[in-house]
Amino acid sequence: MKMTGAQAIVTSLEKEGVELIFGYPGGQVLPLYDALYDCKLRHVLTRHEQGAAHAADGYARATGKVGVCFATSGPGATNLITGIATAYMDSVPMVCITGQVPLSVIGKDSFQEADITGITAPITKHNYLVKNAKDLPRVIKEAFYIARTGRPGPVVIDVPKCLMTTTIDFEYPETVQLRGYKPQAEGKPAEVEAVAQALAEAKKPLFFVGGGVINAEAAPLLRRVVETHRIPVIGSLMGLGAIPVTDPLFLGMVGMHGTVAANRAVMECDLLVGIGVRFDDRVTGLLARFAANARIAHFDIDRAEVNKNVVADLAVVGDLRWSLAALESAMADLGGEGGRRWEDWRLQVTRWSEEAPLSYQKSDDVIKPQSVIEEIDRQTKSEAVIVTDVGQHQMWAAQYCRFQRPRSFITSGGLGTMGYGLPAAIGAQMGQPNEPVVLISGDGSFLMNCQELATAVEHQLPLKVAILNNNVLGMVRQWQKLFFNQRYSYTRFANGGTDYVRLAEAFGATGLRAETPEELPEVIAKALATEGPVVMDIRVCADENVLPMVPAGAPLDQMINGEVK
Amino acid sequence: MRHTIAVLVENRPGVLVHIAGLIARRAFNIESITAGYTEEADVTRITIVVEGDNRNLEQVVNQLSKLVDVIKIVELTAEPLIERELALIKVKARPETRSDIVDIVEIFRAKIVDVNRETMVIELTGEETKIDALCEVLADHGIVEMVRTGKVALSRKPGAAKDSE
Repeated sequence: MKMTGAQAIVTSLEKEGVELIFGYPGGQVLPLYDALYDCKLRHVLTRHEQGAAHAADGYARATGKVGVCFATSGPGATNLITGIATAYMDSVPMVCITGQVPLSVIGKDSFQEADITGITAPITKHNYLVKNAKDLPRVIKEAFYIARTGRPGPVVIDVPKCLMTTTIDFEYPETVQLRGYKPQAEGKPAEVEAVAQALAEAKKPLFFVGGGVINAEAAPLLRRVVETHRIPVIGSLMGLGAIPVTDPLFLGMVGMHGTVAANRAVMECDLLVGIGVRFDDRVTGLLARFAANARIAHFDIDRAEVNKNVVADLAVVGDLRWSLAALESAMADLGGEGGRRWEDWRLQVTRWSEEAPLSYQKSDDVIKPQSVIEEIDRQTKSEAVIVTDVGQHQMWAAQYCRFQRPRSFITSGGLGTMGYGLPAAIGAQMGQPNEPVVLISGDGSFLMNCQELATAVEHQLPLKVAILNNNVLGMVRQWQKLFFNQRYSYTRFANGGTDYVRLAEAFGATGLRAETPEELPEVIAKALATEGPVVMDIRVCADENVLPMVPAGAPLDQMINGEVK
Repeated sequence: MRHTIAVLVENRPGVLVHIAGLIARRAFNIESITAGYTEEADVTRITIVVEGDNRNLEQVVNQLSKLVDVIKIVELTAEPLIERELALIKVKARPETRSDIVDIVEIFRAKIVDVNRETMVIELTGEETKIDALCEVLADHGIVEMVRTGKVALSRKPGAAKDSE
């Protein structure tokens, strides 16, 4: 079938089952937008390309599908970079299609030209500069395959404008042939048996679950193994929701702002089984002291994660759906006895949970940020999809929301991207239109991409935004307080900050404000009951720290305010 | 320890930059890197010498393996191996020292590829240590400039890297 390159791109996306594209047009991508004009694909115009990338990312995290975004060449494409890097760090499947200047003027420093494949090489799973229009269908087929298989990640396709107007014979390939890319779902059964054996010998086993479990849709499988053998579990930030936070076997998040029980369990366990985790430095603290008494087993689909940060005694490389199923059968021999075997250990860790729960000083005079999270969690019955930005509010959300299921917590973990929240929440809400989506943000983060409120209003998304407004860059201030002698250098917004109610109204959203603890429940209830996007300006006290805290580079048992009572 | 690895990649523009960039950003030191066509026109073979312990090497290999354009990686260090490097060395050669230099070239089985009134250019192919040794001897005469290719390596085992386990 004869069609232009632009039509070929659109048709290929339809063949991949794409329903939604986030993007922003511009000169070099105009023919593609022209082709969008007569097709069924839904395109959402964000107000910034960074918003498009984060929205595609939020959509992908909420649905498990590949997120797609478009941008033009040069500044359009470079504006995607933060979003691409965010997706790369958290292994989010994404395909970004960028316009490029025509082939004849590539390399001449042409208007709006940037070497986008060069720039994105370190932050993409793969990228393409397409040189021939007839390659477009194959490249798109490959890009989706690469983005969604193995360890997921973002793929960039850079398309020179001239290719979009060239006529080609369209034929969509049915299979992908890549010599250098053959993800192996199944690993070696002997490796799994070794872990089962180690579990049988362990006295204090501990499961450590990460985002890989959610990516692999392996949470139900994991839950079964955990419930059958009653093994205590800790989670990384990205792993929250894999096991219901309310499960007594779940000790909470581990690491810098982890719970006392989770961090102590790491220090005391004799077998730590990492499942879909990458042992980030925010998790491990001082590497030399991390799980120092334990053998370490590591399940991951990416071989390069094994021994990257923490040296593993046992490793299982493969898709978690395969490896956890294999572990389940290998552990069947342990039978119900497994549950009894670790009773002492289980009692010990649950005692830590009871003796040192997450807590904060309550107040009747000022709104405590933690209480905002608790109230949102209570009023949404822990059923909302919670999206966050980055900073103190993000850690409080991780600590105080009672996540019940995978994909209910959407946050920038690896890159820690301020400004991620609002566009990601838009993507998540569009991917899950029937789920309540609540963005918990800080005033600093929210300002970084607040223009996307216009997008939320345009589509009348039922999205609710809670800004924990303390008029400071809270997490930076916390570090200044604890580690820089309270020298608060440039972390307070001048003139009392921004009026978020009026900002919301200027964009056509509803703005609400809570200034006292009594007002808080009402404001949240009103926001949840109001149609369309609502922004809550919640004035919280500024001098509040995220605790407990392990200082960067310290061992996990060196927690500020982490005493067991 | 130094490791020699052979990386077979798709012969595409930018692939060498991609490989070198990945190694550099993971903070591994590249001692030498060479690239060229192979018996298959669409495959480029890159020979990389990196410095690091075995765990570093494992990371380099695993990280490189993730690149879609990488077809195969073989660690050659542990195998019986032919390693070669090519050097062109321009050395000061006055009429009275010329015969000296010719003797040295003979001994090293090198080749004189250019002569003029003041200098000679010597070509030598061989193992790195042999080239180092020649350079050291020629240094007495004054090396004007020189260029070395970096190492290429091929296993002595029958069969090709692309077919190995």
